[in-house]
Amino acid sequence: MTLDHLKTGCAGIITAVGGSGALRRRLLDMGLTPKTRVMVRKVAPMGDPIEIYLRSYELTLRKEEAAKITVEPVDGKEAQG
Amino acid sequence: MIFALIGNQNCGKTTLFNQLTGSNQHVGNFPGVTVEKKEGRIRHTDSTVVDLPGIYSLSPYTAEEVVTRDFLLQDKPDGIINIVDATNIERNLYLTLQLMELQLPMVLALNMMDEVSASGGSIDVQRLSQDLGIPVVPISASRNQGISELVDQALRVGEQHILPARLDFCTGEVHRAIHGIAHLIEDHAQAIKMPVRFAATKLVEDDQPTIEALHLNQNELETLVHITTEMEQALGTDREAALADMRYTYIEKLTKDTVHKPQETKEQQRSVKIDNLLTHPVWAIPLFLLIMSLVFWFTFGVFGSFLSDLMSLLVDQVTTLVDAGLTAYGINPVLHSLIINGIFAGVGSVLSFLPTILILFFFLSLLEDSGYMARVAFVMDKLLRKIGLSGKSFVPMLIGFGCTVPAVMSSRTLSSERDRKMTIILTPFMSCSAKLPVYGLFTSVFFPDNAALVMIFLYILGMVVAILYGLALKSTLFRGQPIPFVMELPAYRLPSAKTIALHMWDKAKDFIHKAFTVIFVATIIIWVLQSFDTRFNVVDDSAHSMLAMLGSFIAPLFAPLGFGNWMASTALVTGLTAKEAVVSTLTVLTGAADSAGLAAALGQIFAPKAALSFLVFTLLYMPCVAAFAAIRREYGSGIKAVGIMAAQTGIAWCVAFCVYHIALMF
Repeated sequence: MTLDHLKTGCAGIITAVGGSGALRRRLLDMGLTPKTRVMVRKVAPMGDPIEIYLRSYELTLRKEEAAKITVEPVDGKEAQG
Repeated sequence: MIFALIGNQNCGKTTLFNQLTGSNQHVGNFPGVTVEKKEGRIRHTDSTVVDLPGIYSLSPYTAEEVVTRDFLLQDKPDGIINIVDATNIERNLYLTLQLMELQLPMVLALNMMDEVSASGGSIDVQRLSQDLGIPVVPISASRNQGISELVDQALRVGEQHILPARLDFCTGEVHRAIHGIAHLIEDHAQAIKMPVRFAATKLVEDDQPTIEALHLNQNELETLVHITTEMEQALGTDREAALADMRYTYIEKLTKDTVHKPQETKEQQRSVKIDNLLTHPVWAIPLFLLIMSLVFWFTFGVFGSFLSDLMSLLVDQVTTLVDAGLTAYGINPVLHSLIINGIFAGVGSVLSFLPTILILFFFLSLLEDSGYMARVAFVMDKLLRKIGLSGKSFVPMLIGFGCTVPAVMSSRTLSSERDRKMTIILTPFMSCSAKLPVYGLFTSVFFPDNAALVMIFLYILGMVVAILYGLALKSTLFRGQPIPFVMELPAYRLPSAKTIALHMWDKAKDFIHKAFTVIFVATIIIWVLQSFDTRFNVVDDSAHSMLAMLGSFIAPLFAPLGFGNWMASTALVTGLTAKEAVVSTLTVLTGAADSAGLAAALGQIFAPKAALSFLVFTLLYMPCVAAFAAIRREYGSGIKAVGIMAAQTGIAWCVAFCVYHIALMF
């Protein structure tokens, strides 16, 4: 599944990062590399963008971009990511 | 020696810069661009440190980040001070690994160590330093701890030209590819004085600027493609992901050995709690509006007006004193008039707004440095996307309430050219603080009972016009896709008093400088134009002066808006030097001796509804020359900048016309 479909409070392990060009480079530079664990912290009041937690920090990105990241959901509800 | 201060955004870089330099700072611009260049001498040394825009990687994403990379590659500083946020060490070290490839003397400042220790964590600094091959100094920039040791280490590596001891973090296929390419391009890289290792890594990453800079021939380009394709096939992944993955894999191993800390520090946990409220699905937007209202209420309401009154009292006292002195001395009446009615009246009326502007900047800097502005971008992104922008554009626009010049400059943080240009066009519609003196004067004279209401109306009107203009631009000049939005949400931190104080001091200096240069000259010119006629005889009544002639010439343009008076149109023209000059010009022109006299004189010039229309026009028409210059620089075209100004003034005329005629119906 893709990151934008991960429910709030759920975690996943990144398996692939899609997209292209500068955006993709940016996602990788920010630490969204395969095998990284991410947790969806919350969704913005107007439904987009989303806030995720990875590598001990918070990152926000739009659902459109999150849809380019494939994740493998981790079982159980994660409080700390 | 010159040191470059490099680090991620939000890692305490500016705080460290302030600690290193104290008040020995000099703010300029990087050549050719409007990114602020802050330089300062490191205390007790002869060395200089340059504060560069925060970056996450040496593959720049925004115009501002390009500045940092260019500075490192072309200006070749004598050393790098790399500041790293210890609470967020993995992502911060990603940049460190790339910096080490530049082969410059380098020292790592491990910031926020106090937070890590307070949360029960620890970092094996010695081991980290050994593994990386560069000195590592634990510091706390906000508490001023470890700074002198950092300076010692920086001077040591700089003076002895000690380079990072190791730069090979890669394994297997990537290692082979980088070395193959390094061999291939060695001569080219040396010819343009680019570190070979850095160039090779960038080529593996397919970095276009590097490929162009190296001037490779056809043969070499083909070999390059061959090497990288082979690497991609062997790894089963593409080149960009391969390198990012390699760096992060090394960092994960390194931090596993050296860093022992809880998943989140106390500050990070606190941030999550604060965010439960401030980015709450229901409460986020009401709270944002509440916070902004409070800021404006403090700035323009009780607090600000009290201090402004105090300031004008002071100015009045000094004026009376000087006036009496000059009379006693029996100075030439024309010179007397120049000093009192020209300079003192003009500069004085503007100076009395210094407190208000300082308070506004105090709050803006508090919101920005605490991390709240990033949340505002997060909450507002979807809304701004409706007019074709991203949440990040919200920050320049908020700064626009302070001053259009830094707001236009801060648009550099936007990564898309399209978003940047559109943000620049819309930012001047956010009512800047220089217009406050105008609002303050007019509301106190015409709407004393509804002053706050009129102010709020003006601010909201500016935003509404910007939204409508944005929608129009989106479907005409700026079609196309808005850019992706990928942004860090830093942990909330209370900015240090020192950082805020320095920021306010900067603004106060700017403002006072402006008052005594631009406005000073403007008041003298206006005084001359209004005191003499075309034959340079002193006029009894300023209605016969040169200025009256000029003003009368354009006054008919404003007659449909309700203020066809030459004084009003003249004030609008001089307002182009700086918006505060609208007030000083009216003061000088009416020849009012004190605020009561000015109020009476204004009552003669404007009917209340015309006053409202005048305020609307002042709110919306083209910004001052300083802002015009900033916009021109950003657009790199004088003609386009003039076009933007003309369009804005046209919009101002139309809206003021509508407001005036609607008001007349009641």
